[in-house]
Amino acid sequence: MDTKEMIKIKQLNKSFGDLHVLKNIDMTVYESDVVCLIGSSGSGKSTLLRCLNFLERKDNGNIIIEGNEVNPRTDDLNKIREKVGMVFQNFNLFPHKTVLENIIEAPIMVKGVDKEKAIIKAKQLLKKVGLEDKSDVYPSKLSGGQKQRVAIARALAMEPDIMLFDEPTSALDPELVGEVLTTMKDLAEEGMTMVVVTHEMGFAREVADWIVYMHDGKIIERGTPEQFFNHPKEERTREFLTATMLK
Amino acid sequence: MPSFSHFFHILMDTKGVFFKAMLLTLELTVVSILIGIVIGLVFALLKISNIKILELISDIYVYLVRGTPLIVQIFILYFGISGIFLLPDFWAASLALALHNGAYISEILRGAIQSVDKGQFEAGRSLGMTKTLTLRRIILPQAFRRALPPLGNQFIISLKDSSLAAFISMNELFNVATTLGSNNFDEMTYLLIVAVYYLLLVALMTFVVNRTEQKLTVSDR
Repeated sequence: MDTKEMIKIKQLNKSFGDLHVLKNIDMTVYESDVVCLIGSSGSGKSTLLRCLNFLERKDNGNIIIEGNEVNPRTDDLNKIREKVGMVFQNFNLFPHKTVLENIIEAPIMVKGVDKEKAIIKAKQLLKKVGLEDKSDVYPSKLSGGQKQRVAIARALAMEPDIMLFDEPTSALDPELVGEVLTTMKDLAEEGMTMVVVTHEMGFAREVADWIVYMHDGKIIERGTPEQFFNHPKEERTREFLTATMLK
Repeated sequence: MPSFSHFFHILMDTKGVFFKAMLLTLELTVVSILIGIVIGLVFALLKISNIKILELISDIYVYLVRGTPLIVQIFILYFGISGIFLLPDFWAASLALALHNGAYISEILRGAIQSVDKGQFEAGRSLGMTKTLTLRRIILPQAFRRALPPLGNQFIISLKDSSLAAFISMNELFNVATTLGSNNFDEMTYLLIVAVYYLLLVALMTFVVNRTEQKLTVSDR
């Protein structure tokens, strides 16, 4: 069994001033894994995700992406980010560009892809997320769910090996959550390596290969959905699950 | 007060000379605005560079310009610089106006750039775009859109400020009006006439700014 290690984190620490948000985090994500990071607000899960894309700088520890240890001081982070797509809670679509322009921007400007080819690819991706009729509208015309699906298409246009999702459904009206989760599920089934910060327990249970539960900057427990939801080992996890299920 | 027929008579009689002066005013304004935008952008970027020394340079520039009257700046450029190398009147006036406007424009642009959501920058970076590319393709287009109303305001101010070039004997609108007015012992008529020309130019400028704004905000509708 030699599954490829896509992400390996060793003894990662991160502080914001006096606040120690990530404490000695160790984690490995293998190819085609879907890992759901769960935990209450302030547990450090979003910070951990942002460290993987170097939007936050680690204080110390090692981050190894596809076998290469990344040194943010000397390495070209843009090259690494091309391989690691990111989807944000607030979509962050470019409001001054149409849906199509949002998607072709980075492939053309960063990878130097031919415009015609970028457009063909973008239309395929829009079809995949079910928005082929929206290519010429501006983001302000879209619903939250549609915006997030465009954001997913935009990230996929760079043909990343890994996709990071930072609470992708938290800013959505409840009735729009499903369409985004379905898109993500399709992506998981195609074998994309995904790390998802989420509060959607149903999604985590159904789609994740691994659940990682964080509390107070530490990983408390990890396991398959079966183990995690049905036989949690840690007292802290049981408390969290009870509180979450009661909602 | 001059009678309306007298005012109208003089207005028609002097339209040739005033039209020429209006073109000069327009030239001074447009040139100083264009250079001012470049200067403003440079200093706005220095200010947000997160590099202490560059921020300081920007602060000092804005402080010096905002801290002294425009007429003093024009005289310094006109008399001071002309002592070192020959600066044509037009360029002395244009550069003084541009340096002056640049400080205000830099503050307008800085505010607009900082008002763009941080997530926009992160989205650009997360797609592998460099800082410069993200700034150029994502942040600045949005910032310019937001800056347009205050910029339009600043452009109108600089149009009217160009009247100070009269003091270094540029034959722009204000100079022509005061010269003709005192030659004919009829200041009030000529001042009212020049006011009409300024109002015309401001109307034109407002129109251009509004149209640009409409074009740039097409994505909001």
